[in-house]
Amino acid sequence: MSTNAHLAALESEAIFILREVVSTRERPVLLFSAGKDSIVLLHLALEAFRPGRLPLAVMHVDTGHNFPEVIDFRDRRLREIGEPLLVASVEETIRLGRAEDERGPRASRNRIQSVTLLDAIAEHGFDAAFGGARRDEDRARAKERVVSLRDELGQWDPKNQRPELWSLYNTRIKKGEHLRVFPLSNWTELDVWDYIREKGLEVPSIYFAHEREVFERDGMLLAASPSVERLARETTFSTTVRFRTVGDMTCTGAIRSTAGTIDEIVAETSVATITERGATRADDKLSEAAMEDRKREGYF
Amino acid sequence: MDTHPTSRPTIEHAPLRCATAGSVDDGKSTLLGRLLFDAKALMADQLEHVEEASRRRGYARTDLALLTDGLRAEREQGITIDVAWRYFATPRRRFVLADSPGHVEYTRNMVTAASQADVAIVLVDARAGLIEQTKRHLFVARLVGVRALAIVVNKMDLVGYEHAVFARIRDEIHGYLAKLPVPGQPPELAFFPISALLGDNVVEPSAHMPWYDGPTLLAHLEGLPSETERAAAATRFFVQWVIRPQDPALPDYRGYAGRVSSGTLRTGQRVRVLPAGTESTITEIETLSGPLEEARAGRSCVVHLADDLSVSRGDVLVPLGGPVPELVESFVADLAWLHPTGPRAREVFLLKHGTREVRASIESIEGELDVASGALVPSERAVAMNTLARVKIRVYEPIALDAYAELRDTGSFLLVDAASGATRAGGMARSTAH
Repeated sequence: MSTNAHLAALESEAIFILREVVSTRERPVLLFSAGKDSIVLLHLALEAFRPGRLPLAVMHVDTGHNFPEVIDFRDRRLREIGEPLLVASVEETIRLGRAEDERGPRASRNRIQSVTLLDAIAEHGFDAAFGGARRDEDRARAKERVVSLRDELGQWDPKNQRPELWSLYNTRIKKGEHLRVFPLSNWTELDVWDYIREKGLEVPSIYFAHEREVFERDGMLLAASPSVERLARETTFSTTVRFRTVGDMTCTGAIRSTAGTIDEIVAETSVATITERGATRADDKLSEAAMEDRKREGYF
Repeated sequence: MDTHPTSRPTIEHAPLRCATAGSVDDGKSTLLGRLLFDAKALMADQLEHVEEASRRRGYARTDLALLTDGLRAEREQGITIDVAWRYFATPRRRFVLADSPGHVEYTRNMVTAASQADVAIVLVDARAGLIEQTKRHLFVARLVGVRALAIVVNKMDLVGYEHAVFARIRDEIHGYLAKLPVPGQPPELAFFPISALLGDNVVEPSAHMPWYDGPTLLAHLEGLPSETERAAAATRFFVQWVIRPQDPALPDYRGYAGRVSSGTLRTGQRVRVLPAGTESTITEIETLSGPLEEARAGRSCVVHLADDLSVSRGDVLVPLGGPVPELVESFVADLAWLHPTGPRAREVFLLKHGTREVRASIESIEGELDVASGALVPSERAVAMNTLARVKIRVYEPIALDAYAELRDTGSFLLVDAASGATRAGGMARSTAH
């Protein structure tokens, strides 16, 4: 039994949600980015149905601009648990002409990955997609349900959300609709790290402090990579950084840090003065309602 | 860095879920902002966002209310999404704040927030006292069975920090709650004289009210038990999922996965399976952290039984020797109608009770609950969104139901639209009727 009543309560709640949705939907899928939240989610999903096999598919929406360390970790983790991985590729979406790649120094595939995700959900007939999103991440997420309805176009209609009462999750849908399910809704960034530490879960190396070639943009440090076009004035330099979130190389900022162990990350997170998305996600700085707009279009 | 992770105290309690009741006029948003701000739960970029949004709107000072006012859809269409969740922590406790803003669709929103709450924080404007709106908040909190009420008398600075004003409001509220016709244990009551604007008695004690020697609001909340930590409730366990691995290495493995909704399950306990009525003994309780001798309310686990019974999703395990839920086909319930479409004549719903779904219909409508007095009044108007109605429900297969006043999880249910899947109403069983 967990020595921490708080983490034990969050764990039990997440497992309850996983079992409720898997019991009542036919084609559930877990979205796995190999980021810390989806690592916890995958761990909980395995435990929820053990010693039975994982009764859901695992899928990654790959923008083609992910950190190579993260992709390596992703493949290794899936091999370890012996489950196949579906990869929905943004490159493929672009190649098929379903979306157009942005160009220029601020190009990002963050937005068009919603097209890839929705296409993959339709292609495989998934009726419930689990994600590791948490309500403490963003103002739009703060109003999100645990079990959230998406219409035939995959859109989130904040006005048309089902009230959630007690622990009675309504998982009914009409044909063509699907559910997004967030078992970690009530977890905070610190809870996720505390849990990773308690369970000894492995995370990709980019979460730990390392030397990296970076450049500064809009007050953030971005990794120098072939995926990101730099402006003339943006020069790279080498420094010790780590990443607080794992996303596209084009929009995920690094923070200066010397935290080299999980304990040090927990210590750093517990005294952080900026939210993880505020510190490291260029995509959320676009407008006051950036996350809300992307969610409406089908973003996770 | 000087912080040592090992020196962080282990949090002994489950997170405390708080529902807030009050309007902008009562200073609710200011109170939430004050709690977050004084408890140092606001991040620099969140504060910056609020400052920026305040400037853009031309406000003279930073409006902490904007913290909980999120979506573009809400601003542009003048709507409010029913509940926003905020998280903050002190060294002693984690908090989940369910904030249901606005006057619009109030009943629906508050029922939703209160259904998951360990405590309802009810705001009263010291100048206005116990007004109609406060009565509504108190009644809904009682009806939904929130175990603790923290009554916050705000704007004490505007009534000269007068003890008499506070005492009068406290007595009025005591009197009002005592008269409410709601079954079940009375809630734990606590009253706080505060000024959210100036911070008196929210996180920091007040220098202005020497006559008040109680704790601050935050100190009180830190010590409240979570719903699942309250002892002595009857034990109920809904089966969610039967684990039977198709694995030659585990030919006889059969485990019943679920979460203890109330009470305590123990190894060796004799249990009855409802609705079938068969009995067996618990041989093992598995969890993520290994086998347990006992699993308390809120814990997800896998239960093994000594006998090879037919048990499936939707069944309830109940230990013998304690109170047993009744198997009912019709019962009286209070409904909170949540959907724009009211019940249609002879409509058949899906009723979701625990992990079981059965078909159900509303047999008769006994009346409407007056949200200010709690009284059952005969009503000519149809059941519509935001009304509370007392009805007689018929289910087409028996369900193992408890009275909501005794057990929240096995006394509550949803009415789901059989065609669209929409959640139409939330219900609380009052009594079983034959």
